[in-house]
Amino acid sequence: MDIKQLKNKYPEGINFLLTGVGGQGTILASNVLADLGMALGFDVKKAEIHGMSQRGGNVISYIRWGEHVYSPIITKGEADIILAFEKLEALRSIEQISPDGMILINDYAIVPVTVSSGLSVYPDDENIQESLQKFTSNTYWVKGQDIAEEIGYPKASNVVLLGALTALLAIDPKEVLKVIAARISQKYISFNEQAFDSGYKTIQKRPD
Amino acid sequence: MKRILSGNEAVARGAWEAGCSVASGYPGTPSTEIMETFARYPNAYAEWATNEKVGLDVSIGAAYAGKRAISTMKHVGLNVAADALFYVAMTGVEAGLVIVSADDPSMHSSQNEQDNRQFAKFSRIPCLDPADSQEARDFTIAAFDLSEQFDTPVLLRMTTRVCHTSSPVEVTEQQQQIPEKGKYPRNPAKYVMIPANARRRHPVIEERVSELSRFAENFPYNRIEYRSKDLGIITGGVAYQYAREVFPNASILKLGMVYPLPVEMIRTFSESVEKVIVLEELDPFIEDQVRLMGIELYKPAKPINSDYAHTKSIFPIPGELNSAIVRHAAYLAGLINVDIKQEQINLNVPLPARPPTLCPGCPHRSSFYVLSKLKVPVNGDIGCYTLGVAPPLSTIDTCGCMGAGIGVAHGAAVAGDQERHVAVIGDSTFFHTGISALINVAYNRSNVITIIMDNRVTGMTGHQENPGTGFTLQNQATIELDIEKLVLACGIEKVLTVEAFQVDVIEKTLKQWMKEDGPAVLITREECALLPSARKRYLPLQVTDQCNGCTVCFRIGCPAILKSEELDPKYHRPLAIIDQELCTGCEICAQVCPRDAILFRDQVIALTKSEVG
Repeated sequence: MDIKQLKNKYPEGINFLLTGVGGQGTILASNVLADLGMALGFDVKKAEIHGMSQRGGNVISYIRWGEHVYSPIITKGEADIILAFEKLEALRSIEQISPDGMILINDYAIVPVTVSSGLSVYPDDENIQESLQKFTSNTYWVKGQDIAEEIGYPKASNVVLLGALTALLAIDPKEVLKVIAARISQKYISFNEQAFDSGYKTIQKRPD
Repeated sequence: MKRILSGNEAVARGAWEAGCSVASGYPGTPSTEIMETFARYPNAYAEWATNEKVGLDVSIGAAYAGKRAISTMKHVGLNVAADALFYVAMTGVEAGLVIVSADDPSMHSSQNEQDNRQFAKFSRIPCLDPADSQEARDFTIAAFDLSEQFDTPVLLRMTTRVCHTSSPVEVTEQQQQIPEKGKYPRNPAKYVMIPANARRRHPVIEERVSELSRFAENFPYNRIEYRSKDLGIITGGVAYQYAREVFPNASILKLGMVYPLPVEMIRTFSESVEKVIVLEELDPFIEDQVRLMGIELYKPAKPINSDYAHTKSIFPIPGELNSAIVRHAAYLAGLINVDIKQEQINLNVPLPARPPTLCPGCPHRSSFYVLSKLKVPVNGDIGCYTLGVAPPLSTIDTCGCMGAGIGVAHGAAVAGDQERHVAVIGDSTFFHTGISALINVAYNRSNVITIIMDNRVTGMTGHQENPGTGFTLQNQATIELDIEKLVLACGIEKVLTVEAFQVDVIEKTLKQWMKEDGPAVLITREECALLPSARKRYLPLQVTDQCNGCTVCFRIGCPAILKSEELDPKYHRPLAIIDQELCTGCEICAQVCPRDAILFRDQVIALTKSEVG
């Protein structure tokens, strides 16, 4: 799909919602998507809320691509694509998804203190899948964390998911890699390229 | 050339392009990145001041001395700096002075939701309110020009959503060349605000407001976009974006300058549309002024907010807006026919909260653990350590504003409260406004125990340098303030500095001091666990088979300690396990474990060696 096709598929532009836990690279991924949108010729807005806690808190950012983007905020039912770097956060943000929206989930759990201290229970996979299904059938699970760990760079699960997203949107992977390379330090480029390729291939290999 | 900048980066960029050469401010979400960005530009001096009032005084000093200057702070910072704001509004300046207030609608990380446009009206200075990053850059430049043209400081009012949203910005690579001013002004009639001079200045600044309002009629950033004449919207700041989104066909009067207002422009606009409404975030700031002009605003059939006449007529006051909130309010007001979708899909799964907590390895945790055992009233302050309020530690009883804790504790003591009060405050907050409160404790002889949690950095806002760190914002080596000596000099005789991770020392000291009268200060010193130097020492600890699930380590509220699925065979309680990714090896859990079932760092190292060997 070239840019024209992308614009035809999303005539109103694309709203991305990225969600994860502090330290997972949600901000880097949203920077990449903002840069990419600009490189593809869209008007772009990227909004993020810096939480109170540096580690362990929820991080959400909104990226909007369009002809002309006004509001920086994506409200309920407006997210065309959700990129969730953690399963529970996928569930927490699912109400934001648009009726035929797509969600990409990193198959990975980070247990919050409320669970480890016994106050609440982390929902099991079946429950999560069932609940997501109520909102969309367009669900893609990616073993981002496992893949990143295999590569030897556990922090790169965000880039694995970006690879998968690139395949799903049929955007030229070279274009995305260029944007990623501009955002990270030279010494991590090869790790990130591997992570990206693996993510890209998980989607390509999938029978449609 | 266009580049993608956050609103904060755009303000810094605009200041630099405008030839601003001095910046002073205090960190505070959502304003912090303005200074951090500006500090990296060439030909720019930038500093973290000890508090916002000092920061504004510094910028005023630079502007008096003929250099364009900027001062940045979060909204509540302007309360601290208000004294300075009001005198500089009276004196005016020699070179441009821009005061940035970053408001926080919805209180993403603040204690209140004040609308600082009110400060502009209160102090009679112009206020610019950008709606995106491009405007943040453009308005900053315009603010410097306005400041010089009208001999006034200018308030650049940002909001979280503008500060932290990135969008493409057209910039220039050229910095304005500001002509060198002559000698420092010797002009007491203008700059010495003794009553006789101040009385002469007050009419001057009232006249300045009317001149500015006439100027506002042709100010290029106040503009009318005519579309359908059925509905006209007067708006400013980020609310403009929601107006465009929800009412794509409406005519819009977009105010870049929200104080003072262009009366004729507003009148002309209102007369040329059928219905006119005001769309703004937080207070009815524009709305009230437009009503005072005698302009009839569209009134919903039924009052939406409250039946009090002097409130916003359509949109909510609390909280930041978004297009869904605006759409819903517009529907209730009868302005649009279609409401937002209200139907709920039930998730059926309870979602465990992920509240902000003290990080694994946080040096504040030990003091809070001890305080939770002592069960004394604790008067807290603003910083990471406010998180001591969260369960299971649940130790903070009050928290209001920067520097409040020590004074509030002193108040309870002099009121004769039966319990001994402990105030907790961080290093940077102590330098900010804690020192004067501590002097008050010593001077007025109360028995408040103060814990200064010295984690060697300004933590909550993301690791800024402060007078205790030995470095400046622009990374110059400098003094490292000795807190203990300072406390002694305040007149507090009982002072002790301990390593923050020593649980038993903290406990013994506090217990002893509780028995004695008089004020005391405990300084718990250990660098923030997220600092790069601290990260190098991470060493995850391990739980041995001695654990019987007694739950004591769960009570320190460390995210790295998890309940395992394995139960103790005798008591059927979940055993503790330690998350090897999260644990930093601070040893607080190992110290509190009554069965020595958590290995200390040395033991872990020995074990690893023996396993390898």
